[in-house]
Amino acid sequence: MALSGVEIFKLLPKTNCKKCGHPTCLAFAMKLAQRQASLDSCPDVSEEAKQKLGEASAPPVRPITFGAGDKAVKMGEETVLFRHDKKFVNPCAFALEIKDTLSSEEISELAGQVVGSEIDRVGQKLRIDAIALTNSSGDAGKFESAAKLVAEKAPEVPVILCAENPGAAEAAVKIFAGKRPVIYGANSSNVDAMAEIAKANKAVLGVTANGLEELSTLTEKIKSLGVEDMVIDSGARKAKDIIEQNTLIRRAAIKKGFKPLGYPVINFVQREDSLHETLMAVIGVAKYASITVLSSIEKWKNLALFALRQNIYTDPQVPMQVEQKIYNIGEPGPDAPLFITTNFSLTYFIVSGEIENSRVASRLAIMDCEGLSVLTAWAAGKFTASKIAQFISESGVEKEISHKELIIPGYVAILSGSVEDKLSGWKITIGPREANAIPTFLKTRTA
Amino acid sequence: MSFTPTKETYSGKVYPVTIGTGDKAVTFGGENVLTFHSFEGETPNRPVIAYEIQDVPPTDWPDSVKKPFEGVSDDPVKWAKFCQDELKAAVIALRLIGTHPDKEDRSPADASKTVSDLLAAIDVPLIILGSNHAEKDSQVLVAVAEAAKDKNCVIGKAQEANYKTIAAAAMANNHKLIAMSELDINLSKQLNILITQMGFEKERLITDPMCSALGYGLEYTYSVMERIRLAALLQQDATMQPPMLGDIGMYVWKVKETHAPEADQPQWGSTEERGIAWEATTATSLLIAGAELLIMRHPKAVEALEKVIEELI
Repeated sequence: MALSGVEIFKLLPKTNCKKCGHPTCLAFAMKLAQRQASLDSCPDVSEEAKQKLGEASAPPVRPITFGAGDKAVKMGEETVLFRHDKKFVNPCAFALEIKDTLSSEEISELAGQVVGSEIDRVGQKLRIDAIALTNSSGDAGKFESAAKLVAEKAPEVPVILCAENPGAAEAAVKIFAGKRPVIYGANSSNVDAMAEIAKANKAVLGVTANGLEELSTLTEKIKSLGVEDMVIDSGARKAKDIIEQNTLIRRAAIKKGFKPLGYPVINFVQREDSLHETLMAVIGVAKYASITVLSSIEKWKNLALFALRQNIYTDPQVPMQVEQKIYNIGEPGPDAPLFITTNFSLTYFIVSGEIENSRVASRLAIMDCEGLSVLTAWAAGKFTASKIAQFISESGVEKEISHKELIIPGYVAILSGSVEDKLSGWKITIGPREANAIPTFLKTRTA
Repeated sequence: MSFTPTKETYSGKVYPVTIGTGDKAVTFGGENVLTFHSFEGETPNRPVIAYEIQDVPPTDWPDSVKKPFEGVSDDPVKWAKFCQDELKAAVIALRLIGTHPDKEDRSPADASKTVSDLLAAIDVPLIILGSNHAEKDSQVLVAVAEAAKDKNCVIGKAQEANYKTIAAAAMANNHKLIAMSELDINLSKQLNILITQMGFEKERLITDPMCSALGYGLEYTYSVMERIRLAALLQQDATMQPPMLGDIGMYVWKVKETHAPEADQPQWGSTEERGIAWEATTATSLLIAGAELLIMRHPKAVEALEKVIEELI
């Protein structure tokens, strides 16, 4: 249970020594309660207080990593229910289910799809993060050989080993020694054996139950058996139940500090129809899943899900920015128009999209204004005549073009004179105020 | 430690809004919980999807979304009947894009004729949208509101620059009204207040906080919708209690991901499936954020949405 500022204050030295960087112990306590400060900044805190506060200040959803190396997946650490309150921390991982009943060729092919799934979007590398190998055969030997094949074909990809039979789980987990797989998992009938295997092999333990009551009892028991890193499955499979259970889990962890459900959530959303499955994964991403397991990973589906995950996990307090440079839209020749705007990602997307729609190849100069939109950047003194002039002259664009005309956003028409003064020999043209008028603007120019 | 579910008690409620007349009238909104949280409250009506059609042929739509309407999209009446009879549309949304001065600059009288012809041909509810040209819309929407008098249509969109004339026309002719502002909860609240101060009943409003497409600012629409809904339910803010619209299709089918050929972007996969997934993904996430009324284009995306809604209620 999270402590209030005053409760924390009682445990502090109350010397107001300021060594933590805060004016008083009370101010520091308030920051601790809001998770905006770390207890480490206090040099004089007692061991007893450290222990009490440590427990209380542990993140409500336990941080857990599975897999190893560059592709390891971080989960948990979430602190809010709604993304406008604070950034969602660790993006939901996507896992492809591979059944051990498939042929070696099919398993290799699917593992290859996961390895090749990485794409670049707005400067981030995105991929299908994991493989969920399923013991559909019920046979330990088959599971083990499928696991060997996956380890060989996709050596860096984190795995989730789905088996109810402890014998099968144990045989497969050995193949991933040092790679921290998830074993999924423990249920009420095999919990002791599974906990033992997870502990001995340093694996994360997936826990599944029928409802949250049973799930809480199971995670408590597993913790008492010495396994602390778990991912949890309430048993929900239908969209309605996934929203309900995931919401109740997140609320219990965050609003009540209820430790037995303070673990990352895994959702199985496999469906016959791939588009339907895509939308099920959308629900998982939006509503608190840390892993969603899919049955197929077509390229179109991955792209949509990667974009959604990026949108949901964007920091709401930091505007998305694009890199400062001159972007080519189409294949602009030396006489193509040159636009300028700010580097707020939405501004960039909308302006470049409209230029593209107009089908007039152009150059778009994107200037670093710390991610602010045109009017805000202008008001904040970041999109000014001298800064625009400096950016354009330093960009070297002059060497690529046969004209010296710069189109500025209509909202900053007021800047045209002063930019002209500072960029000698240039003509400044006032563009439309709204991006949706760009196609007409370009059409009338060329007419 | 035993588990007790943390249920929220919400003091507010979203207004139910009924559109259309007779057997085919449709109601959405009315819940007193966050969308699909039926485990802690009432969700009497399911979200509604309207098929988007236009007064002029959809020349600027990408091929994959033009194709399903081939042979009918040259005429709004044929197009609407196709949606109603073949696709089983619950609602039709007519966008009068041809009235835009940069398109065909069709007159308010042309628009009224299109609306009257449509109303004579279909019996499902009709949403009538302007071309999003503030000045032109205030002439066009006034004329069509009158042409559709007493048919309980939805008229839109009233914006800060033109709400007075449009709201007055919707009020005089007994229609519902979409109030749109640009991605800001305070602007949205302010516009709803201004409109209700004219005497327009708040129970007849639909809020459009402005849509955006997956990958292109979707997170802004998503969070504004969540915040509006929380204000309606937890703070009992009456100005935030109308149901919300997600005008999905027109934002989605503009972005590169919905039309770039696979040959140019091999790592993006099939163009057609990608476009459909883009529309359906945008729509699903906004449903979760709180939208009760969606305007969409591709029949396969609509079908997928209906399937997921079926699982959500």
